[in-house]
Amino acid sequence: MITAKNLSKRYGRALALDNLSFSIEAGEAVALWGANGAGKTTTLRCLLGVQGFEGELRVNGIDVAQNSKAARAAIGYVPQETRFYDMPVLETLHFYARLKKASAARVGAVLEQVQLTAHQNKRVSMLSGGMKQRLALAAALLSDPPILVLDEPTANLDVQAQRDFIQTVQALNQSGKTIVFSSHRLDEVIALGSRVLVLSEGRLQLECAPPELAGKLGLHRWLRIWVAAQHKEPTLQVLNEQGYTFMPNGRSVYVQVSLGGKIAPLRSLEQARIPVEDFDLIEGEMSPLEGNHD
Amino acid sequence: MIDFANVWAITLKELRDALRNRWFIVFTIAFAVLALALSALTQNSGSLTRTVSYSRTAASLINLVMLFVPLISLTLGSANLVGDRETGALFYLLAQPVSRVEVLLGKYLGLAGALLATLTLGFGAAGAALALQGSLQDAGGYLFSVVLAYLLALAMLSLGFLMSTLARRTTAALGGALFLWLLLVFIGDLGVMGASVAMRLPIETVFTIVVVNPLQMFKIASILTIQASLDVLGPAGMYAADQFGRLLLPLLLSGLVLWIVIPLAAALSLFARQEKFVIKRSALA
Repeated sequence: MITAKNLSKRYGRALALDNLSFSIEAGEAVALWGANGAGKTTTLRCLLGVQGFEGELRVNGIDVAQNSKAARAAIGYVPQETRFYDMPVLETLHFYARLKKASAARVGAVLEQVQLTAHQNKRVSMLSGGMKQRLALAAALLSDPPILVLDEPTANLDVQAQRDFIQTVQALNQSGKTIVFSSHRLDEVIALGSRVLVLSEGRLQLECAPPELAGKLGLHRWLRIWVAAQHKEPTLQVLNEQGYTFMPNGRSVYVQVSLGGKIAPLRSLEQARIPVEDFDLIEGEMSPLEGNHD
Repeated sequence: MIDFANVWAITLKELRDALRNRWFIVFTIAFAVLALALSALTQNSGSLTRTVSYSRTAASLINLVMLFVPLISLTLGSANLVGDRETGALFYLLAQPVSRVEVLLGKYLGLAGALLATLTLGFGAAGAALALQGSLQDAGGYLFSVVLAYLLALAMLSLGFLMSTLARRTTAALGGALFLWLLLVFIGDLGVMGASVAMRLPIETVFTIVVVNPLQMFKIASILTIQASLDVLGPAGMYAADQFGRLLLPLLLSGLVLWIVIPLAAALSLFARQEKFVIKRSALA
């Protein structure tokens, strides 16, 4: 479905992509993972053919360098923050439908699909961030393209909107769409991805299944738990008995947790009748005490 | 291959945007009101014959066009592409199955349509007032003046779009547009007059400098159209009449068309080639 061979891109002296090669099969959901400047967004922009590049890139059998417009016709694109023209929702979708050669009937169908029918007469500027992303997804789906390209699509959404968006994209992937997305968030990559391409300084550093990502990159998840001062010692005792790696820090305790085991320390404390005042989940490559989480 | 369905879709969107643009609406109303007021004032100014009265109205409208039309065309054109680039709307548009040429052409045609509609309204109102008073002596000539105003608007819009492709920020594009407007409207006219006297330039040089300015091309062609004497343009006008005779009007029209085509072609070429006009540097990762 997508093949990249020796993809390189320079911005002046800076090398954004350095001989990047990968292939994506139809129906896959592939995550691009990497720090800022790793080349994720540049890779997605190359897929869209909106910027020049060196190397070979084929999307749905189309040579992007030769016919970027045809390649874009096979792609539905959702950016991190979509900047629509300020028109009513319905008019916005009709405008993009004309560009994508989609029928007017598709407009109603995609509005229904992303649950924006009730908001179709609102101006885009009146929509919340989550609604705008759903509108961007609706626009991306107008021509029913085989490929969806999502550039950190949930970065600006609240937790509920993130969940809803991911569920919708999961359903689209299950219906056969190929998904390529960039993300900073481990839970999103695990929920949505079937494979992860880890980019570093424009190169492919690693390729793995999403559940392996944390282990391979040495990423850790820490659950930060706040308890009252009088419950601090019993908390540490319970965590120690249960075999957790933990670090006390002021009124809170950092507990290292597995990807599927976020709830377990909280249950242990509940069984020990220790009330938890608050908690937070922290992901990173370092000890939480080395970061600045306070 | 240019897909004209895409061009048309973008043209319609730009037309709708212009109709919602507060500044554009103000300009349209102001232009129509001023055109009507000028026709009323010049018609009611004493015991002039109808022919003289018509010529005075037409001359007033020419001056109105020379001030207003370049200003609105240059500012609308110059703010268009760079404004969309700054908001990120241009990048999202270009991520759709459209080519850059289709995008720029669609935007140009949409704004051109809105501008020509405004001119039609203003000239139409003034023309209707003249006709009602029985003073529209030369309807054909009047219509031709409208066509000349169209050409001037399109030429200024092309220059505005060229500035929009070159500028990195909307403020810079608008600043450039205002400077160009001042240069063409005031400095171009007074500067040439001053330089020709101070430097004792030969008349053919003065004429060449004058006609390089599209506003002066419009002015000379309009005065020719209302059958006024080119004496009002001074020695350069008389030189032009002597030198080119009947060829002068076609030459001026061709010049105006070139002022439309060349900046637009340059804007298309730049926009199609250079991705820096599309992607904000801060967005690169």
